[in-house]
Amino acid sequence: MAHRARLVAQGVAVGLVALLFLLLVWSLAMEEGGDLAAAAARGERPEAPDFTLERLDREGELTLSSLRGKAVVLNVWASWCLPCKEEAPFLEQVWREYRSRGLVVVGLDAKDFRKDARRFARQFDLTFPLVYDGPGDVAADRYGVTGFPETFILDREGRVAEVFVGAITADEDQVRLRAAVDRALAT
Amino acid sequence: MRAFLIAFAATCLLAAGAQAAGPPNAADLEAELVCPVCKATLDQSDAPVAQRMKAFIRERIAAGDTEQEIKGALVAEFGSGVLATPSKSGFGLLAWLLPLGALLVGVITVALLVRRWSGRRGPPGSTTPLSPDLERRVDEELARFEG
Repeated sequence: MAHRARLVAQGVAVGLVALLFLLLVWSLAMEEGGDLAAAAARGERPEAPDFTLERLDREGELTLSSLRGKAVVLNVWASWCLPCKEEAPFLEQVWREYRSRGLVVVGLDAKDFRKDARRFARQFDLTFPLVYDGPGDVAADRYGVTGFPETFILDREGRVAEVFVGAITADEDQVRLRAAVDRALAT
Repeated sequence: MRAFLIAFAATCLLAAGAQAAGPPNAADLEAELVCPVCKATLDQSDAPVAQRMKAFIRERIAAGDTEQEIKGALVAEFGSGVLATPSKSGFGLLAWLLPLGALLVGVITVALLVRRWSGRRGPPGSTTPLSPDLERRVDEELARFEG
């Protein structure tokens, strides 16, 4: 009887350890975001993680995969982020220049108040689609964003072609982004 | 002494009641909420979003919101991750119940082990009976000693 109880206890302990190990493997497997920038830098084109988020510029939601067939500039920002303010006019300019050629600029506002984000959009006269990721789960967990702003260039097949970490304000960065957009539109 | 204890308990209860009924305290709330960027509690964080959240808390206190309303508003914006302690309902309740469950299992396990170990020694005063031969020899030795 005692032997059987000991065996059961040992089985439960081994089971618990196995469960913890599986949880660890699962959480590591889910951390896909951090690899996106590195993979894009190596010339690979990893698939952009899909999301459906509430829109800030109008009612309803936006699903990233619904933009398949268009190139996408996905810009992660927040109203309290100073560099985001510096690059906002450039992103609006890109949207207005390229939208007729099949480009969509999507602003993903993360870790922010909705009210502040809308005020930011009005202040900079942003007319491109804006989505809200208040907890920052999509930005951090799926895209591996650790600092704001960060910009992902997606080709027409929804793959990450290039990643810009930090504000795109310097002339050379803006030239690089336009070149990346041209390449993404050409796919 | 008894009257003093009763008076002390009544004073404590009244003070607790008065605190619960009064407006929420900004410092208390800042210690119970987490900055979504740096993951420190708001009172320990100077991140821009933490400063914005502190300003929001003060605005809502001035507007007459309760502690639960302010926390609810922040959870609606930033998710349940802004709460420094898990909520006492839904999935968050597990975080409160699991340690209690583990404690209960530990107490039951210790109780069972203690019972088993004390059972091995047998009831107090019980001894293994002597064999007839040994008993006879002990009787003889005792008789010789007493004689």
